[in-house]
Amino acid sequence: MNDRRTLLHGWGRTSPTAAHVVRPRTPEQVAEALAGAGERGALPRGLGRSYGDAAQDAGGVVLDCTGLTGPVRLDVERGEVTAPAGTSMDRLIAHLLERGLFVPVTPGTRHVTLGGAVAADVHGKNHPADGSLGAHVRALTLVTSDGSARRLRPEGDGSDLFWATVGGMGLTGVITEVTLAVIPVESAYMRVDTDRTADLEATLDLMARTDHRYSVAWLDLFARGGDLGRGVVTRAHHARTGDLPHALRRHPLRYGSTSLPLPPLTPPVGVVNTWTVGVFNALHHGRAPRRRRGQARSVTAYFHPLDALRGWNRMYGRLGVVQYQFVVPFGEEDTLAGIAADLSTARAPSFLAVLKRMGGSTPGPLSFPRPGWSLAVDLPADVPGLGAMLHGFDERVAEAGGRLYLAKDSRARAETVHAMYPELPAWRRVRDRADPDGVLISDMARRLRLL
Amino acid sequence: MRDSVGSVRSVLLLGGRSEIGLAIVERLVREGAREVVLAARGGVDPVPNALTGSGATVHSVEFDAARADTHTGTVAEAVKLVGDLDVVVDAFGVLGEQSEYEADPVAAARAATVNYTGHVSAGLAVAARLREQGHGTLVVLSSVAGVRVRRFNFVYGSAKAGLDGFAQGLADSLHGSGARVLVVRPGYVPTRMSAHVDPAPFPTTPAQVAEVVAGGLRSGATTVWAPRVLRPLFAGMRLMPRALWRRLGR
Repeated sequence: MNDRRTLLHGWGRTSPTAAHVVRPRTPEQVAEALAGAGERGALPRGLGRSYGDAAQDAGGVVLDCTGLTGPVRLDVERGEVTAPAGTSMDRLIAHLLERGLFVPVTPGTRHVTLGGAVAADVHGKNHPADGSLGAHVRALTLVTSDGSARRLRPEGDGSDLFWATVGGMGLTGVITEVTLAVIPVESAYMRVDTDRTADLEATLDLMARTDHRYSVAWLDLFARGGDLGRGVVTRAHHARTGDLPHALRRHPLRYGSTSLPLPPLTPPVGVVNTWTVGVFNALHHGRAPRRRRGQARSVTAYFHPLDALRGWNRMYGRLGVVQYQFVVPFGEEDTLAGIAADLSTARAPSFLAVLKRMGGSTPGPLSFPRPGWSLAVDLPADVPGLGAMLHGFDERVAEAGGRLYLAKDSRARAETVHAMYPELPAWRRVRDRADPDGVLISDMARRLRLL
Repeated sequence: MRDSVGSVRSVLLLGGRSEIGLAIVERLVREGAREVVLAARGGVDPVPNALTGSGATVHSVEFDAARADTHTGTVAEAVKLVGDLDVVVDAFGVLGEQSEYEADPVAAARAATVNYTGHVSAGLAVAARLREQGHGTLVVLSSVAGVRVRRFNFVYGSAKAGLDGFAQGLADSLHGSGARVLVVRPGYVPTRMSAHVDPAPFPTTPAQVAEVVAGGLRSGATTVWAPRVLRPLFAGMRLMPRALWRRLGR
C-alpha cells in the first residue's frame, strides 16, 4: 500500500481538501487502513463521481477503493453476479453484456465503482419499474472499523446494517464485495422512442403516462415564458434482436464504450455561461425529432451520454459546478414548476436539467429515492447569488415533503437535510453500533452533522 | 469547511475588536457562518452589535499578540469551542504615531512586535492547525503601507512589509495542504485605529474591505486589494523615483 497526502474534490471540483490516500487491494488491507486511522478518521472513496464533499475526509485517511478488483463471478442459475467493490460499472456492464446480461440499474455515468453505487444507492431511468440499485443487492461484504468483514443481506440477521449501508455514503464501513441480481437482455441496444415537448406540463404529462421500462426527460430550463420546461423525452426498452436494423444484428451484444478525452486543461473561467447555454439548449431542443419511434441506440448512448466526453466537468472552469438534485412527491408539481421558473428567471445557465419519474423506495434510511418527480440541474458555482437561491429552493422542497440527493449535495445546511431525512436518528443508531469509535467520517458528514 | 458556493461554518478572528476584522466576520455570518470566535486581550465582551441577533454563536477567547508563547494555545482553545476552523482572520495590529515612535524607540519596537512578530507566531500556529485539518483559509490583513514603505509611517509600514512577505511565504508553504492564505491589502480605512491620521486618497470602508475579502474567498484568490484600483496604482508607485517617493506627504 502506498501512502500520500493528496487534494481530493468531488466531481463538481468545488471544495478540495487534503487527505492521506491509501489504496488497499484486499479486505485485509482495508482493515489495516481503518485500524491506522487517526483522530481525523477514515473514509472509502470510489471513482469520485459524487458532486460534492461526500468522498473526502479532510486531514484523515481516504481509502481509494478502485484497487479492490478481481474476478467477477457469475451465478447464471441464481441470476446474480458477485464482484469486488472496486469494479467499475463500465467493466461490469462489459462483462455482463458479453453473456447476454445487464445490470438491473445504472446511473447516468458508468464511471462509478460498485461499492460507491451501493453507498449512494444510485437510481436510473427505470426507477418506477425497478427501484434503486439497493433493491437488487442480494448481499454485500462490509469491513467495519473493528476490522471484521461482515456478509450482510437485505433480510434476516444484519439486515439493519445492510440497509444503513445502502445509501449510507460510506459511513458504516467499507464495502469490499457486492452480489447483485442481473437481468437477461438480447442485445446491447435500446429501442428508443423520442418526443419533443412544448412545455413543462406536456413533459410531465408524457412522463406520467408512459409504460416504458426506461424514461427520462432533458429540460430546457433556460427557455422563458411559455417555452419554459420544454424538453426532449426519451423512453426505451431493451431492444430484442428482431428490433435491430440488419447491420446491427450480426453482433447484437457488442458493447462500445469509447469516449473522447477533452484536453487536460481547466479554463480559468468556465465556458458554461448564459450565452453558450442559450445556444446549446435551443439547438438541442430544436434538433430533436418531434416524434421518433423504435430507434436503436447503444446502451452507452442512451444511459451515459455524458461519458462520451471524459472530464466534461472541467468545462465549468476553476470554480467548478454545483449539481442540485431533489425529489418532490407526486401532487407537488407546483413546487417543481416554481423552481424551474425561478431558475429561468434568474438566468441560471443550466444545460443539464434532467427530469425523472421516481417509484417506490428501499428501506435504506438515507436512501434518496421517494415516489415523485426528481429534477437534477447543473449550475456553474460562480453564478452570483447561487447559495441564497438554492437555500430558498431547499425550503420549498422540504415543505413539499421532498428531499435532496446526498451524492449530489455540496452546499445544503445540516438542519435542512435533517428535516428531509427523518430516519436519520434511526440510521445513526445502527451506524454507531457498527462504528462505535466513530472512525468513519467525511467532509459531508461534518458539514451536515450526519454522525 | 467552505462549501461549493463559498459559505463557511466557523470563523476565528484574531484581533477581536478590529473594525475591519469584525466587518469581515459579519459579512461571513451573513453568508452562512454559524460559529464565531473573537480572540482579543481580555476577551471581547459584550458581543459587538453587528453580531448580535445574526444567528451565529459568538465565543470569546483570551489572545495577547505580544505573547507568542500563548498563540498555539489560543488556536487550540478556539478549536475546542467550534471544531474545525474554516476561516481565520488575522486582523490585529496597532498604527500609532510615527513622530512618537521616532522619539521613543522602545514604543516603536513594541508596535513592531504586535504588527510583525505577533503575526509570525499566530500565523504559524494557525497554519499548523489548518494543515492538520486539511482545509481552511487564513486571511491576513496586510496593508498598502507595506507594499512600498513610506517615510511618513515607516515603523508601521516596515512591519506590514514583513507581514506581507511572511504571509506570501506561508501561503506557498501551505500549497497542496488543503489550507490557503489570502493576503488583503487595504488602503486608507477610516476607523478608530486610524482616526488620528490625515485621510489618504482612495479611502475605503471596513464593509468594502469585507466585500473584497468575501470575493477573494469565493474565487480562491491569493491576494486582494481594497479598493481594487490600488493594485494598478501601486504597480506604478513601485517605480516612482526614490527622491520623489521620499517627499510624498502621505
